[in-house]
Amino acid sequence: MSLKSAEPVAPDSWKRRHLLGLQTLERNEIEQILDHAARFKQLSHSRTRLEHLRGVVVANLFFEPSTRTRTSFSLAAKRLSADTVDFTASGSSLSKGETFIDTALTIESMGVDLMVVRHSSSGAPEMLSRYLKCGILNAGDGTHEHPTQGLLDIFTIRDRLGTLEGKTVALVGDIKHSRVARSNIWGLTKLGARVVVCGPATLIPPGIEQLGVRVANRLDDVLPEADVINLLRVQFERQRGTYFPSIAEYAHLFGMNRDRVRRARKDVLILAPGPINRGVEISSDVADGPHSQILHQVTNGLFVRMACLDLLARRQMQEHVG
Amino acid sequence: MGTLLIKNGRLIDPSRGQDTLGDLLLVDGAIAKPGPVSGTVDRTIDATGLIVAPGFIDSHVSFREPGSDEDETIASGASAALAGGFTTVACLPETMPVTDSRASAEFIARQGERASRCRVLPIGAVTKNREGKELSEIGQLIEGGAVGFSDGKQPIANAEIMRRALQYTRMWNRPILHHAQVPELVQGGIMHEGYQSTVFGLQGMPAAAEEIMVRRDIALVETTGGRIHLMSLSSRRSVEEVRQAIGRGMAVTADVTPHHLLLTDECLAGYNTHFKVDPPFRSSDHRDALIEGLKDGTIGLIASDHQPYAEEKKNLEIDHAPFGIVGLETLLPLCVEALILPGHLTWLQFLEKITFGPARLLGLSTGTLQAGRPADVTLIDPEARWQIDARQFHSRSHNTPFNGRAAHGRVEYTIVGGEVKYARPGRQP
Repeated sequence: MSLKSAEPVAPDSWKRRHLLGLQTLERNEIEQILDHAARFKQLSHSRTRLEHLRGVVVANLFFEPSTRTRTSFSLAAKRLSADTVDFTASGSSLSKGETFIDTALTIESMGVDLMVVRHSSSGAPEMLSRYLKCGILNAGDGTHEHPTQGLLDIFTIRDRLGTLEGKTVALVGDIKHSRVARSNIWGLTKLGARVVVCGPATLIPPGIEQLGVRVANRLDDVLPEADVINLLRVQFERQRGTYFPSIAEYAHLFGMNRDRVRRARKDVLILAPGPINRGVEISSDVADGPHSQILHQVTNGLFVRMACLDLLARRQMQEHVG
Repeated sequence: MGTLLIKNGRLIDPSRGQDTLGDLLLVDGAIAKPGPVSGTVDRTIDATGLIVAPGFIDSHVSFREPGSDEDETIASGASAALAGGFTTVACLPETMPVTDSRASAEFIARQGERASRCRVLPIGAVTKNREGKELSEIGQLIEGGAVGFSDGKQPIANAEIMRRALQYTRMWNRPILHHAQVPELVQGGIMHEGYQSTVFGLQGMPAAAEEIMVRRDIALVETTGGRIHLMSLSSRRSVEEVRQAIGRGMAVTADVTPHHLLLTDECLAGYNTHFKVDPPFRSSDHRDALIEGLKDGTIGLIASDHQPYAEEKKNLEIDHAPFGIVGLETLLPLCVEALILPGHLTWLQFLEKITFGPARLLGLSTGTLQAGRPADVTLIDPEARWQIDARQFHSRSHNTPFNGRAAHGRVEYTIVGGEVKYARPGRQP
């Protein structure tokens, strides 16, 4: 047997052209992505050259600044031998006199198969999916969804705990403005986890309970029951005015520190999507401590994104053949 | 000008509670006394199977001339109005420059005359440049033809300015048309605040923003004796507040748009900017309350809230696209669908809200079929089935979420001052 046959092969059962969010995915689709990512992870130590996306052109369209996600997607595509092109536009597309749809159509016309889109406006990737033929991968849209971040958080938890079923996951912080929270909630609840959202009452959006989550306003009440605590970044840039009196008060009420770790479950996993505000949502010793999964999340993010790109590319190829 | 005989129609005149079969004679631009026709008639329209109603009146539309002709001119907007059955429209001062001087009001009226389509009336700005700081020259604006006052979609946030505006306009008994909304509560908002906005990740506009302002306005009317008209109500509690205020005999009136009677916040699911309107579509509970308000008379008017935008302006990220949709050419079938077919209102009750209701608000002599009044008449085929096609709009803009929708009820003729200004394609012009 050649090495090639041992390489992860995307399941043919994947039918979607786009990955716009976890809301629309079925449980088995989420599991397909996670399983596929796990195969890439296993292979990562062998330094095998992977050629899944040879001849595929992946464009990264970032209408909002991002370093981590863009780098991760870019590297994931390169690891699979795709040709990549990066396009970064700052601010609204209007300011340049071109609509964002025209910008995307222009890039697509260069022969792009998959487009990774980050945008400050919720729904922008979905709008593009109606105008473009290529596959769209949502890399974060406004305060709506960030599916690959949700998937990599879930992947990291599953990797550590074996299952999500029956586990209690606390999402802590600015739920209102967090696309990461929304993707986590959809994905986690579909996989059988119990989700608690916790944050200042001003940052808990209305009707969130209808998503099947519990709301807690005191982190200290959540600590004893949480298997996982995911500390969302305080999104100063998305907030209009102040939603809480001071950073110090936020850290006091919702910051994860040594004292709170001591009162949490012994084996608690601490996640943070990053970039982290040290001393705000997480103290340095916790961020660098044994419970922290922060760097594992980043590593796993690469495999999750490789899996997503591969699944969507395969779907595109099927279409071309068909 | 001559004589025009409309024969065998179903004459509905809400100003007199009339709904009878008969003929209507128009002589020299005015409605003639009922009775046998003497002499020759220049033209006869057979109105068998048609409703003959007073010409529709829209109390607030936004034509964007001067300033943004690419969205709508007064001529194109007036053509759209005719196609929708409207013989009179009142234009919000959503123009650049703002209609806040006598000259700018006269310009609107003049352009309307030049277009020679429907009657076009200016609404003057309450405050200079719609900035909410200083009152416009309201007396001068009235002399320039302003029939009412409004800062358009800009709420008058400062309660003291609103109080003075109500006191001042009282000298002429003119209404202030207000977009009642607390600006701070809707800042950055895209849609109704609730479960759906949480799921879609879109900034919410809570119903309380409207309710608080409605309460404030009612309180100010109570202390000043001025007249307030609340444009495009959208919330259940607002309807309750208005109902109580009317019960106390206060000069408070309100309107609603057809689209708020048909759509709810769930339609934002695809982030289609044609569903981005202000006030936003709310939950079905709110929508049902609007219909109740129309039924019991709390909401006395229906307005299209015509908000034209060129495609390149509307077809953007939902955060960047402007609020509003065009409405003049779809108002009738949407109201038939929302109100007539489900049996919420009779034709007589419905037509009052787009004829006599707005005429009373703006102090017009039209909106009635009474003898001697201007011969503004609209003929409706209540049973016509057709499909809304935005490409056929007379408006310069096509920003409607109703393109392709099955429609019931159609405008056949629109007659202004005794002249047939619009005949549906296929009808003799």
